[in-house]
Amino acid sequence: MRIAPSITQKIAKFMLFAACASAIAALLFVIGFVLVGGLQNVTWAFLTEPILDMGRGGGILPAIVGTILMVFVAIGIAAPLGVASAIYLAEYTLEGKATQTIRFGINCLAGVPSIIFGLFGFILFVVIMGFGWSILSGGLSLAAMILPTVIRTAEEALRSVPQNYRDVAASLGATRWQVVTRAVLPYALPGILTGVILGIGRSIEETAVVIFTAGSAVQMPTSLFDSARTMAVHFYILAREGVSNENAYATASILILTILIINITAYTMMHRLMRGRRAA
Amino acid sequence: MDRIISKLLFFAACSSIAILALIALFIFKEGVPIMVKSGLGNFLFSQDWSPLEGRFGILTFMVGSLWITAGSLVLGVPLGVACAVFLAVFVHRRAAMILKPAIELLAGIPSVVYGFLGVMWLAPIIRERFGGPGLSILAASCVLAIMILPTIVSVSIDAIQAVPRSYREGSLALGATEWQTAWRVTLPAARSGILAGVILGMGRAVGETMAVIMISGNATQIPHSIFDSVRTLTANIAIEMGYAVGEHREALFATGVVLFFFIMILNVVALRVSRRKF
Amino acid sequence: MSADRVKIAIRDLNVGFGDVEALKGVSLDVRLNEVLSIIGPANSGKSSLLMAINRMIDRFPEASLSGSVKIDGVEVSGFRNVEDLRRRVGMVYAMPIPLPMSIRENILFGPGFMKRVKRSEGDSIVESTLKAAYLWDEVKDRLGSSAMALSGGQQQRLCIARTLATNPEIIMFDEPCSGLDPISTAKVEDAIKELKNDRTIIFVTNNTKQAARVGDRTAFLLMGELVEVDDTAKIFTNPSDNRTEEYVSGKFG
Repeated sequence: MRIAPSITQKIAKFMLFAACASAIAALLFVIGFVLVGGLQNVTWAFLTEPILDMGRGGGILPAIVGTILMVFVAIGIAAPLGVASAIYLAEYTLEGKATQTIRFGINCLAGVPSIIFGLFGFILFVVIMGFGWSILSGGLSLAAMILPTVIRTAEEALRSVPQNYRDVAASLGATRWQVVTRAVLPYALPGILTGVILGIGRSIEETAVVIFTAGSAVQMPTSLFDSARTMAVHFYILAREGVSNENAYATASILILTILIINITAYTMMHRLMRGRRAA
Repeated sequence: MDRIISKLLFFAACSSIAILALIALFIFKEGVPIMVKSGLGNFLFSQDWSPLEGRFGILTFMVGSLWITAGSLVLGVPLGVACAVFLAVFVHRRAAMILKPAIELLAGIPSVVYGFLGVMWLAPIIRERFGGPGLSILAASCVLAIMILPTIVSVSIDAIQAVPRSYREGSLALGATEWQTAWRVTLPAARSGILAGVILGMGRAVGETMAVIMISGNATQIPHSIFDSVRTLTANIAIEMGYAVGEHREALFATGVVLFFFIMILNVVALRVSRRKF
Repeated sequence: MSADRVKIAIRDLNVGFGDVEALKGVSLDVRLNEVLSIIGPANSGKSSLLMAINRMIDRFPEASLSGSVKIDGVEVSGFRNVEDLRRRVGMVYAMPIPLPMSIRENILFGPGFMKRVKRSEGDSIVESTLKAAYLWDEVKDRLGSSAMALSGGQQQRLCIARTLATNPEIIMFDEPCSGLDPISTAKVEDAIKELKNDRTIIFVTNNTKQAARVGDRTAFLLMGELVEVDDTAKIFTNPSDNRTEEYVSGKFG
């Protein structure tokens, strides 16, 4: 007995819908579970007090500051380097052997697991270069890790600029660099910013790299050479050591909220960019 | 002037390759000597991991990584591809524009949060229903499956959308239903792209550390069922690095070398596969 | 007489893109202060000819070029600064390409590369170029608004004004009216006829009637070869070459 194709289609469609729904459900569950468990403990005091008693009490201000400083270092290096690389790949290259190697390098770098970046950062920055466990070591390692993300997004943004604009600028007498800065970059900026924002998001959620390179000191960091913990690290330690479930949930809530805000910002920026283009 | 800028940009672009080379250099420098000293075959295939006695065999951890990765693929690939087909074929573009980023949002949630949830919620359920410690291959596979889902979905959607519209329209014009078209025409055509996505997902699963530490139990043993605890290569590095010295530390770096190699191979395979035209 | 002085001298120009020969042995003079129309069916090499003159062809790595192109006796390939060359030779494309900025910013885009343009100087450039492009009256009250909001015909005239802002001695038009309605087309043609008084104009078009309206002399390109070039009246009434006759009478193309 053959089943009619239209019935097969209905069954298939339902199963596929179920798959999608469960994925979305998982997402909502994760976010909901954490926020419900944790938001109640996120008070202003929590956000602004120092870490007490290895996390059992007090707040998470040092972790917040540590996160911000480390992200600053990471983006401060990865953004210029990444955008410059993207400009080279999108505007200057002749797609020869050198470029193929570079692209291969970027793709491979994107696949390297975070723990390897942790080991790398440990050996190079903490030990050999003598920075010790520090925000600097952590930031540098994170920069290496997010570089491929920034490059890829930026290159795509640059490539989406219509070729016409470059032609017009060139025919009016612009040098190659002027074509890039005057005609291409302004148009590609939202896309590039999206990549930077995504890089920031990745830095915030990363744990393995940070533990290996920045340690996990609870004090408020006073310089880039201080060891510090990020929110993700703090959360991990709280969770793993079973120290304080409430604080763990609360920290996780802040983490998730931050990342939600970052991702939504990035996506709405991209959407507005797309819509703006189509109107033009 | 323009030439100087050109050169500067070129050097910037080379930074990626330089970093990759540095990573390889340092990891290898620290790890290869101990591999040689233990003997490569011994290092890779011995179950005996006794750092205090100077014996370093990582087979147990490789098996652990293998089980967990396989588990996450078994769960994650069908789910991911199904989602991708649903979003790419059956859903209006407007809805897809919201749903796709929503699924990608799953990728933004820190791995430690996933691990935490696994411990708090999933592991107890497994322990009650199926016995064992709860912190197990099964738990880890479930969590990892969700974690690699966005990668598989994203790449699969791209692969499906890259199939020429004419294939789909030709099939529909012959009287096939949407589903028949998707199953018989579009999916096979998108096969290599989807495979590339699966391989990338595999790479993520193998490389995942924090979540795995939290929910896989970290028992240094060869598992006999999916309810047993295991320890992965990544977990071992992360756990023991905190107190390892001397040869022990070198052996952990050597584990990193193995990981690095494996991921590189996966990347190259993924690239080759995605370039192959159906 | 000034009308007979040669502004651009092209000798034996061959242009190829990979295996495809776009121009074969083209030799042509463009005289000072004339409008030279170039006609011919698609793929005759008209655009390639223009690109060889302002060296936009340099942007194609697969392009090969031989022969000589001289402006005022100087080889274009000999210009130390290709940007200088491109400021002296303006180009208006077939599709209007307004940049996503205000009308004023569009016009001042070119001059901005060389130096900072003072506000008063910028104002006068904007006004004079828009007047020369027959667009001033329509937009003078909204110079700060986006150029993307203009109609197709207005955008194309804006592009002309933008090209004029660098004060080029030579302006090349590559089928500038292809997407425009008849009224806009008429305005563009009027602008061109005015412009030739101070400059030299090359005007490429697919439309033979338009070539006849606008050009002092007309050149006919077919499949990369220059078939003939002569006074417009002669080309259209009594051409020397058979192929020209067939093209202008509409037998093909």
